Amino acid sequence: MNNQLYKNEKHNLSAEKNTKKIEQGRLAKKEREAVNSSESDNFKALSPTRMVAKRFFRSSLSVVGLTMVIFVFVFSFLGPTLVKGIWDYGETEVFHIPRESQLLSTASFEGADGRTYEYYDKSTSTITVKSPPSAEHPLGTDTNGFDILIRLMYGGRISLMISFLTVFLQLIIGIFLGGLAGYYGGWVDQVIMRIVDIFASLPGLPILLVLSAVIASIESIPAEHRIYYLMGFLTLISWTGIARLVRGQILSLREQEFMLAAETTGIKSSRKILKHLIPNTIPQLIVSATLSLGGVILYESTLSYFGIGVPFPRAAWGSMIAMADPSKGQEILANYPNMWLPAGILIVITVLGFNFVGDGLRDAFDPRQKR
Amino acid sequence: MVKYILKRLGLALIILIGVSALIYLLVMLMPTDYIDNQTAAAVQSGQMTYEDVQRLKELYGLADKSFTGIVKSYYSWLTSAIQGDLGFSFLYGRPVTQVINDYVWISFLISLIAYVIEIIIAIPMGIKAAVNQYSGYDYTVSVFAMMATALPAFFLAALLMNVFSIKLGWFPLQGLTTATKIFDPNDWWGIFLDKAWHLVLPIVTLTLLNIGGLMRYTRTNMLEVMNSDYIRTARAKGLSEKTVVNKHAFRNTLIPLVTTLSGMLPGLFSGAMITETVFSLPGIGYMALRATLQGDIPFVMGYNLFLSALTIIGYIISDIMYTVVDPRVQISK
Repeated sequence: MNNQLYKNEKHNLSAEKNTKKIEQGRLAKKEREAVNSSESDNFKALSPTRMVAKRFFRSSLSVVGLTMVIFVFVFSFLGPTLVKGIWDYGETEVFHIPRESQLLSTASFEGADGRTYEYYDKSTSTITVKSPPSAEHPLGTDTNGFDILIRLMYGGRISLMISFLTVFLQLIIGIFLGGLAGYYGGWVDQVIMRIVDIFASLPGLPILLVLSAVIASIESIPAEHRIYYLMGFLTLISWTGIARLVRGQILSLREQEFMLAAETTGIKSSRKILKHLIPNTIPQLIVSATLSLGGVILYESTLSYFGIGVPFPRAAWGSMIAMADPSKGQEILANYPNMWLPAGILIVITVLGFNFVGDGLRDAFDPRQKR
Repeated sequence: MVKYILKRLGLALIILIGVSALIYLLVMLMPTDYIDNQTAAAVQSGQMTYEDVQRLKELYGLADKSFTGIVKSYYSWLTSAIQGDLGFSFLYGRPVTQVINDYVWISFLISLIAYVIEIIIAIPMGIKAAVNQYSGYDYTVSVFAMMATALPAFFLAALLMNVFSIKLGWFPLQGLTTATKIFDPNDWWGIFLDKAWHLVLPIVTLTLLNIGGLMRYTRTNMLEVMNSDYIRTARAKGLSEKTVVNKHAFRNTLIPLVTTLSGMLPGLFSGAMITETVFSLPGIGYMALRATLQGDIPFVMGYNLFLSALTIIGYIISDIMYTVVDPRVQISK
């Protein structure tokens, strides 16, 4: 309860603003709760993982973020299987739903004789694509007659797959090079860090455009393999952050006592790096990897928006939004929000979810964290 | 200090050469280039032979795509680039440096206005959120900032165009000038208003995209300052909360802010590729996208080198500003 006293003292010293008072009151309450709970399970020491989990779930934003991520996962991995199993169609199934479309054009102009003429024309035609939302197709169909909902699911699947694999590759390259640079120092560090500098100064999007254009125009590469190259490129421009992080962490860890102890046991350097240094950087790595998942999704959707990401018959969120590009005509942007709005909302939900989870994890891992 | 700056500049030059070599290799690997695109029809109809195309490519140093050939042409590109000659853009038919100079200013203008608006809005909001940590205001600001960083530029632009150009009809959809209007060349005020009217939505898009990051950055740094010992001291000596926040905390928060914001300055010239493309603005980003998709190698090279140089200059500026703003920081190297 000593802590409590101190809090009250501080409270008296500085309490001027009402808001401040409330905040500190709340803090004190939290503290009290913490004391109570630690008294109740006094004899059960929490493992570090459970402590992190407890701190993580205490923040409402991280729970919201986790819910969002789980939703997107279920939607894009369970959804297609379900639809395939029950209704038996996929992302490239064309539905022709005929409906009447009326085109009304009116104009009034002044004729050569000085009189005003009214022009009125009504033409009716039957179109089979771009059907509005219905019971069978909750979000309607798009310009090719594909069901939009199922394409959203497939698009999410490919986005998530690309982002996870990209981040995985980033981690491998980043940990390897960052670990080498941090552990050996000297010229190894110099060389690796200059390479990191060069890659970090590459302009991301323009270089991705160049690379994607290269891949798109090589005919010997089948279209469905293009996304694997895409992942490689995304890794290429984004691994430097992880390498810098690992190097910085290892530089500071190297000087600590436990490393001296490891040194005296005379184990191999590879073991020292893999068993003693890398595990200590994992909390930061998890946070950084979670946050970069969202970034990769944004990059991927941008490339798909420009038509050089995921190739055409396959669905991608970016290319679904590209249908609303006003340079190709305003019709879809103005009249068919069901074609592009859901894809955008899903991108925001996914990226936001990853960011919330990443932030929550960072706070949960941080030992200085008070809340 | 001078020695430090010189050292950094020297290092920057080495990095820049490395970057340019990497980009050159990647660009040369582009299988279609502008010459192929332009001559494809002529070759098909038999007006030109394959040998003609090869001769044309040799003229521009693009024929030999083996490794030694690329090294050779890179060397000749580098020597002229050092003398300030970035070559001749195929697509725009003018020297690359001139094309960049022609289109960079509109990009700079949009980015600069967005940058100023961001600073004016984001910093006070970030500080207020940090001072009232865990309040409703703080949560609102944080969630808004996160939403803004999660929005893809093209989606935000589509939303804004749908609401403000199509539904409400307040702003034009695309372009920089109204194509159907003819202005008297002397009517500079009318032309100015017309252009400004076209630039509102792009500027709003850019501002919204970048405001979240700055807000969060301000908030994080302000929180760090508010938890430090000298703030406790200031409170302990009985200063009003207003003085503590405005005089003691805010001025210390400015250190990281000024460093980062000044490092962002060169980036204002780089052009917003997605936003400019969606709004069809003739800025450097839109021009570069067109050039990239058409395989205009000299322009792509020049533009990417320009961007890398801006990034590196940004790093150097923020490092230098760090030592200028914070007297505690000494140059150790």
